[in-house]
Amino acid sequence: MLVLLPAAAIAYKYALAGTPEASPNYKMSDHWWGMLIDIPKCIGCGNCVRACATENDVPDGHFRTWVERYHVTDDNLTTPEVISPNGGKDVFPVAQEDAGKYFFVPKMCNHCADSPCTQVCPVGATFVSPDGVVLVDQKYCLGCAYCVQACPYGCRYIHPEKEVADKCTLCYHRITQGLTTACCESCPTGARQLVDLKDPKDPIHAFLKTHNVQVLKPQMATGSKTFYNELDGSVR
Amino acid sequence: MSYFRDAGHLFRFAGLFVLAFLLFMGLRHFAVPKTFGQYGHYRAAAIGDIAAHPAKFAGHDACETCHSDVAEKKSHGKHAHVNCEACHGAQYQKLAVSAQPKPGLYQAFLIRIGKALPPDPPILRHADDPSTVTPVLPDTSVLCARCHTASAAKPKGFPQVVPADHSGGMPCESCHQPHSPAIGSDTSAGGAK
Repeated sequence: MLVLLPAAAIAYKYALAGTPEASPNYKMSDHWWGMLIDIPKCIGCGNCVRACATENDVPDGHFRTWVERYHVTDDNLTTPEVISPNGGKDVFPVAQEDAGKYFFVPKMCNHCADSPCTQVCPVGATFVSPDGVVLVDQKYCLGCAYCVQACPYGCRYIHPEKEVADKCTLCYHRITQGLTTACCESCPTGARQLVDLKDPKDPIHAFLKTHNVQVLKPQMATGSKTFYNELDGSVR
Repeated sequence: MSYFRDAGHLFRFAGLFVLAFLLFMGLRHFAVPKTFGQYGHYRAAAIGDIAAHPAKFAGHDACETCHSDVAEKKSHGKHAHVNCEACHGAQYQKLAVSAQPKPGLYQAFLIRIGKALPPDPPILRHADDPSTVTPVLPDTSVLCARCHTASAAKPKGFPQVVPADHSGGMPCESCHQPHSPAIGSDTSAGGAK
């Protein structure tokens, strides 16, 4: 008991100070975060987009995550029709049965291990954290938008009020507390799963071996950690 | 000592270099944030700043701590894997501007000149104190339709209906209880006590 008391006191001190990264319960070196998106499960309800906007105060007209609907027909195999009304926040129009195929693709920051966006930052305001999350230090960011141009997935934007780069943090404030991300929490079909690649018990390891999993733009060698199950070849 | 007889100008020059170096180190000490470079070419303290953002979605575990009756009902139905906040949303509200803690004078000055960002406004959550935020019952006609409106774009195995044909304008919950939607599985919606 006497041994445990100081540990509890330290934990309480950190909890009060609001510095979960230094919390004894969360060790950055034990995690390597990513995301699994199961395309056949996505119904395009837009819950993830709304939840993300609520959780992270994302301004209207900007998106940390969004949902695209693809419509591939024989005539446009490589240039499919893609719609995303208000990022998927608004309900998708009802699609009529035809010869083509439809599917939804939720998009977000790919939390690349070799991210092009962090490499171009002139001041060191964006970085890959030791647990594999691409973050922006908004106190340090100049708002030059090099990173916005460098991201091959279009996942960054300049915050209209703060005038600094803003992007998906993989709900870093949640995952460091043992919660899942807001988008995963609110996905009704389990199409999104937060994964920890350093956790040997995470089901992602078995999933990657047994499913057709791909990342976006693999030719860019970004080391993307957002994995898509059953990704169609027409997705850009 | 005759060795250094004509070297005075060199010492003065070296002294200038040392002074400039010390000045540079001094300026650098104040200009570079303390934790810059701890993990890489960035400010390590930024990780803590980002992690301190308040979470609005409490997570289904927090809900089920009190609403275990609903969790039990839900676990037998088709919506077993739909988390509470997928339908009910995040139950939080921001503190009124007057009740928010004011930044100190220096901090306010920094925010004013754009050298610091205003802090995240503190929030009240139903999960922390149920008396602060009263959840509003969601409108099923919007909520159910969002997922279950028939569309060729949705996966084939997902249950879908054309709402007008299916219910003729009757509200969904007159037949389906959202926590366990199969007809006849339960008659009470179940919620907060």
